[in-house]
Amino acid sequence: MTEFTPVSALCGGLLIGIAASLLLLANGRIAGVSGILGSALTQRDDRGWRLAFLVGLPLGAWVASVWAGGADVFIAGSPLCLVAAGFLVGAGTQWGSGCTSGHGVCGMARLSGRSWVATATFMVTAAAVVFLRRHALGG
Amino acid sequence: MSRIALALVAGTIFGVGLFVSQMTNPAKVLGFLDVAGDWDPSLALVMGGALCVTFPAFAWARRRGAPWLASSFSLPTRTDLDGRLIGGAAVFGAGWGMAGFCPGPALASLGLAEPATYPFVAAMVVGVLFVRGLDAQRRREPGLSQQTSEAS
Repeated sequence: MTEFTPVSALCGGLLIGIAASLLLLANGRIAGVSGILGSALTQRDDRGWRLAFLVGLPLGAWVASVWAGGADVFIAGSPLCLVAAGFLVGAGTQWGSGCTSGHGVCGMARLSGRSWVATATFMVTAAAVVFLRRHALGG
Repeated sequence: MSRIALALVAGTIFGVGLFVSQMTNPAKVLGFLDVAGDWDPSLALVMGGALCVTFPAFAWARRRGAPWLASSFSLPTRTDLDGRLIGGAAVFGAGWGMAGFCPGPALASLGLAEPATYPFVAAMVVGVLFVRGLDAQRRREPGLSQQTSEAS
């Protein structure tokens, strides 16, 4: 469905890695988006840097899209399906203590066994859901 | 530079990286997850590229006593594998596979002003608050927390 784009994938990945490393080496914090979001919503302590990081995400994407002259955002599915998906992502990342950034990018680099297991679990589950919807159930 | 300013810079670079790698496009992410279809391996290079930087950064951090702007590193300490970790990761994976959005790209996409993504982001925030609320309630009820500690 989409083209393999190795150069932009690698460049974007390096930028994500630089951002996560900067937050770690300067602030001593893990750049896990779901954890930062959950704590920013529910804790008064350290809310400042968390909100600043969270504001940076759309700011960076916006700046990059202006520079690139547009953005591709194709999200498929009924509103009900997307709401269910969003709820599962929100709840699951809090139960599982992390997402693609906290477990995948930071935890795996820390050689955390929990993060390796969590990353393998959400990768396999996500691929299984896509397989079921696109192939087994005839999409 | 203050920690808040640094976090804004880090978040912004992160957001640029998510856009450049096209993770802000759910169709691209689903193309990676669709291993049995017309597979697009790009996302593997996004994670690989990020790990190329974070792996040495974490190794360096382990040898340093403290970060530049704070008194100590705040890193997770747990090493046990439990049902909550694996079950939560599976629930997250199910939602990720349904929409092609994980938390970082979902928040970053708000900067792209695509209304179709808003229901997902709103429901994600509700999901976060739901679990954090349950956890807070359990902490307030000692009987329940005792049960959980006995069970674990």
